[in-house]
Amino acid sequence: MSGNKILSVDRLTMRFGGIVAVQDLSFAAERKKITALIGPNGAGKTTVFNCITGFYKPTGGAIRLTHDDGKEIALQRLNDFRIAKQAKVARTFQNIRLFPGMTVLENLMVAQHNMLMRASGFTLLGLVGAPAYRDAEKRAIDLASDWLKRVNLLDRADDAAGNLAYGDQRRLEIARAMCTEPALLCLDEPAAGLNARESAALNELLLSIRNDLGTSILLIEHDMSVVMEISDHIVVMDHGVKIAQGTPREVRDDPKVIAAYLGADDEEAMAVMESGS
Amino acid sequence: MTAPSTHTTKPATSVPALLKTAVINAVIALVLFSLMVGVRTEAGSDGQLTYWTRFGELAYLVAAVFGGSIVIELLRQWIGPAGTEKLVPPAVQKGMSLVGRYLAPALLIFTLLVPVIFYDQRYILDLAILVLTYVMLGWGLNVVVGLAGLLDLGYVAFYAVGAYSYALLATNFGWSFWICLPLAGILAAFWGVLLGFPVLRLRGDYLAIVTLAFGEIIRLVLINWQDLTGGPNGVSGIPRPTLFGIPLDRSDDGLAAKLGIEFSPTHRIVFLFYLILALALLTNWVTIRLRRLPIGRAWEALREDEVACRALGINTTTTKLTAFATGAMFGGFAGAFFATRQGFISPESFTFQESALVLAIVVLGGMGSQLGVALAALAMIGGFELFRGLETYRMLVFGWAMVLIMIWRPRGLVGHRAPTVYLKKAQAISSDLVKEGHG
Repeated sequence: MSGNKILSVDRLTMRFGGIVAVQDLSFAAERKKITALIGPNGAGKTTVFNCITGFYKPTGGAIRLTHDDGKEIALQRLNDFRIAKQAKVARTFQNIRLFPGMTVLENLMVAQHNMLMRASGFTLLGLVGAPAYRDAEKRAIDLASDWLKRVNLLDRADDAAGNLAYGDQRRLEIARAMCTEPALLCLDEPAAGLNARESAALNELLLSIRNDLGTSILLIEHDMSVVMEISDHIVVMDHGVKIAQGTPREVRDDPKVIAAYLGADDEEAMAVMESGS
Repeated sequence: MTAPSTHTTKPATSVPALLKTAVINAVIALVLFSLMVGVRTEAGSDGQLTYWTRFGELAYLVAAVFGGSIVIELLRQWIGPAGTEKLVPPAVQKGMSLVGRYLAPALLIFTLLVPVIFYDQRYILDLAILVLTYVMLGWGLNVVVGLAGLLDLGYVAFYAVGAYSYALLATNFGWSFWICLPLAGILAAFWGVLLGFPVLRLRGDYLAIVTLAFGEIIRLVLINWQDLTGGPNGVSGIPRPTLFGIPLDRSDDGLAAKLGIEFSPTHRIVFLFYLILALALLTNWVTIRLRRLPIGRAWEALREDEVACRALGINTTTTKLTAFATGAMFGGFAGAFFATRQGFISPESFTFQESALVLAIVVLGGMGSQLGVALAALAMIGGFELFRGLETYRMLVFGWAMVLIMIWRPRGLVGHRAPTVYLKKAQAISSDLVKEGHG
């Protein structure tokens, strides 16, 4: 069983001064599955994300990532860019963080920075125009075009990313994260601000990432139509602790989850319950 | 971010509102000028304070501000929001874009021919060398400020390091210019990294202040380390550059004697001109090349969003350091050239004013644009000379010209960004979308 886990979070605690944002949280994400982290606003979901992706250093606990080849990496010891570079964890942001003044294609090229740096002999080979680098750049452009085709943005490749519509920016951010060829893709509210049609397209995209590429996904989401439809496993948080976990069906019927949502926000609680019936 | 062009200001403001604006402006002028103009103070014969009032002049100034703000307000309503598309007819814009396409090659050809055209005009040749030195400095700083978005107010420090490196190596060890030139660049880059390390965590204003301090520290060290640098007296007798070992002088080994032509001091000036042109073009070529490489894209991505860079696995520390080092290296080259051209250097040449001037060139040119920086250097250095005839009013006119340019083009002369890679067609990116970076 443990061999199937790509990510296991063990007694994760994060304090900011006197405030405990996350307390003794333990959960696991399975390989080639979609795991969702849900909970009312302020439950500490994004804090967990920031701990996993190295933007925060956890106060306590362990986060272990296991690659396909069995190599284990303790994420709480890596920091910053190394989590993306060595542990191959990619992420998107709740408030989209693209490079707005660069083209769509350039955004995807920046995502392949580490591969291209090596190919360019850390700039020196690239400066003299070595053919090996040109090949690598061509491959990088091909990969980028592939992803643009997948997210349906190929004809916008040469436009500035900042000029894209909101929904397109969301999809581009996912494509950019995928261009780093991650083992684990972390999505922070990918459906926020999308309309019904766009979030249906998002579901399809995420399912194809899981099924066709076998990339494991961890996502935070408020949109229950996304969470209930595509998640294989759901972890529910409230006030920094885990209150439930299981399959979408189990979570939906859990009285504690309903109480948490009812206590926090009627609309979301109704959404949890309705999406079951 | 500049405001979008679709302003929805009310078409005509009422007379009271107009008067209100004018009165407010007049009051501000009154407060400012009452001390600057209204009261004149001077030290008297015994050192005591004497003062007298000039209320007449004060009244004129305040009246001028009052009237002027009414005129400006009326003009603004007449013309409407000052958008380029409104002020400049489309035919002219079309012409300008055509000019824009051929401007860079035309400028390059003209520059190559400058020594031929102005061979007899020493003044113009000297000015051209000065302009090219600043073009090179601008291009160097452009890597740091324009591409990586790191505001560096102490760029002159690297210029100084380059100049002193060459001066000291050449005078103490007798090494030739061509050996010292790369060394000067390497030493400057080394200092760039040294500065880079402590300031990496800083952003925006804090970074600017520390780089400013760094520039001053280097200058103060140069003044106070008398044994090495000669202190305020500087270093003199710096060897002139040679054409691969052949000196450009009157001697029998000189170039003129070898070629069998009559010696003229202009030969050396022309040589220096082509030397700085080659150095500047090297800077330009390397920068253009780097922009299309992963490191250059990472610089620009860093300017756009540092957090996203980290999430993509980009080592922001080394990326910033390479930007600092690359910019510093070009500054070092320019410094070595400066030393060999002047033959004498002292800390006076490396004041904050130089840093500010180079930064102004980069900002005026449009951050990140190579052509814009070249044009801005020409306008700033050349333009300043152009107004020499105005004597006392030179600074005033020059300041006005700069203010007008920044109103007309708030993002610099060349305000758009060219993409570094494209699938079908390279489209210029509007400057409204491009971030300026924040450290």
